[in-house]
Amino acid sequence: MRVTFTANGRRVEADDVWEGESLLYVLRERLGLPGSKNACEQGECGSCTVRLDGVPVCSCLVAAGQAQDREVVTVEGLAGQSGEDAGLAPIQQAFIEAGAVQCGFCTPGLIVAADELLERNAAPSDADIREALSGNLCRCTGYEKILDAVRRAAPGYASDTATPSTESAMP
Amino acid sequence: MDFLRPAGWEEALAAKAEHPAAVPIAGGTDLMVEINFDHRRPDHLLDLSRIDELEEWEVGETHVRLGASVPYTRILEQLRTELPGLALASHTVASPQIRNRGSVGGNLGTASPAGDAHPALLAAGAEVEVASVRGTRRIPIDDFYTGVKRNALAPDELIRAVHVKKAAGPQQFSKVGTRNAMVIAVCAFGLALHPDSRTVRTGIGSAAPTPVRAREAEEFLAGALAEGGFWDSGRTIAPSVCTRFAELAAGACDPIDDVRGTAKYRRHAVAVLARRTLGWTWDAYRGRGANGKGTERCA
Repeated sequence: MRVTFTANGRRVEADDVWEGESLLYVLRERLGLPGSKNACEQGECGSCTVRLDGVPVCSCLVAAGQAQDREVVTVEGLAGQSGEDAGLAPIQQAFIEAGAVQCGFCTPGLIVAADELLERNAAPSDADIREALSGNLCRCTGYEKILDAVRRAAPGYASDTATPSTESAMP
Repeated sequence: MDFLRPAGWEEALAAKAEHPAAVPIAGGTDLMVEINFDHRRPDHLLDLSRIDELEEWEVGETHVRLGASVPYTRILEQLRTELPGLALASHTVASPQIRNRGSVGGNLGTASPAGDAHPALLAAGAEVEVASVRGTRRIPIDDFYTGVKRNALAPDELIRAVHVKKAAGPQQFSKVGTRNAMVIAVCAFGLALHPDSRTVRTGIGSAAPTPVRAREAEEFLAGALAEGGFWDSGRTIAPSVCTRFAELAAGACDPIDDVRGTAKYRRHAVAVLARRTLGWTWDAYRGRGANGKGTERCA
């Protein structure tokens, strides 16, 4: 079957997709987007986390056909989004600065999940962070540095959201 | 394998009538695991994710009609007041990613004894609205679970919604697992006080072949509360009553030994959960009644 959807703002199409195939497989093996990682294939590890119509999901548990006409954002789609000459997203930069990357396998899923948290809540408590990242496993057990990175990135998201509200407050 | 993509509910029912063995898929959080691991190869997948009304709910006078595909995230964020037990249970489901996709309709369809929604539905009181091209019927939750991962659906039927009684009193849900997130319940317990009818209802998960109520425990507690005039006085419940309630809850279990825990442990843990949830709910009931003083509790 053919599946057509938007991946990181670009219209994409995959042919000969098997009906039981996951969105993760289509992203990695058919569309050349290997950022989302394939590990547990049962929703336990979160390393395949992507946004489907804005909502964080395990792409290994979304049937490819269910992505038809939807919008998917993977870790590859985060850089270059936050300003004119922006490079990495604030959360990506913070992961580097905080030393939150060890083997790196869990990183894309954590980045996507943390980015969504900060977009919703730019001043998260530690409990909010733990809750939002509770579906992402890091087997290097680098969680403290990961929490540091999220805290470090938060101000960058606060200024993002402050801009429109300031404008709307103007007479 | 065929991937059926009905655009609306009538079309979905027609597809299910034509292909009764078609397996419905909404959030995919159970089914895709089975497909990924090659444990299941259905001839037809019936994708329900394009049917918007399945993700809607209506709050009525006495009940909430909860669309089968309303994600757990919506329930725990937006139905906390009307369905406190189910909202608590929803919050214990897996992880944010899974709660964004998983739904009560999926729990009911899979009918695993470990599904987190079941104890809360049993305790609150609910009816499952199922439909086929032949028509619609409502199955009381007490008659819905028919065996291990079996339910009362006919092959051509789909789950449309669940009608859950709005809370008239405090409700609790508690679950035992090895960590807070991503845990299949070792056992779980739901308790709802129904001051309007002066009854209590319970639900036990993962401790019998199906989700079950602890009926003897419910009757005992309702009797003890009525006899002592507790609903009116809001007095502290005697520890002996809490203990007996817990014993009867454990007695309603019919657990097995498996990788997650032994039968003996499950019975013990259900008794502890029953006693604690009774303490929490009764404290909440007392707290909003006239005699809401003191902090003595069963737990």
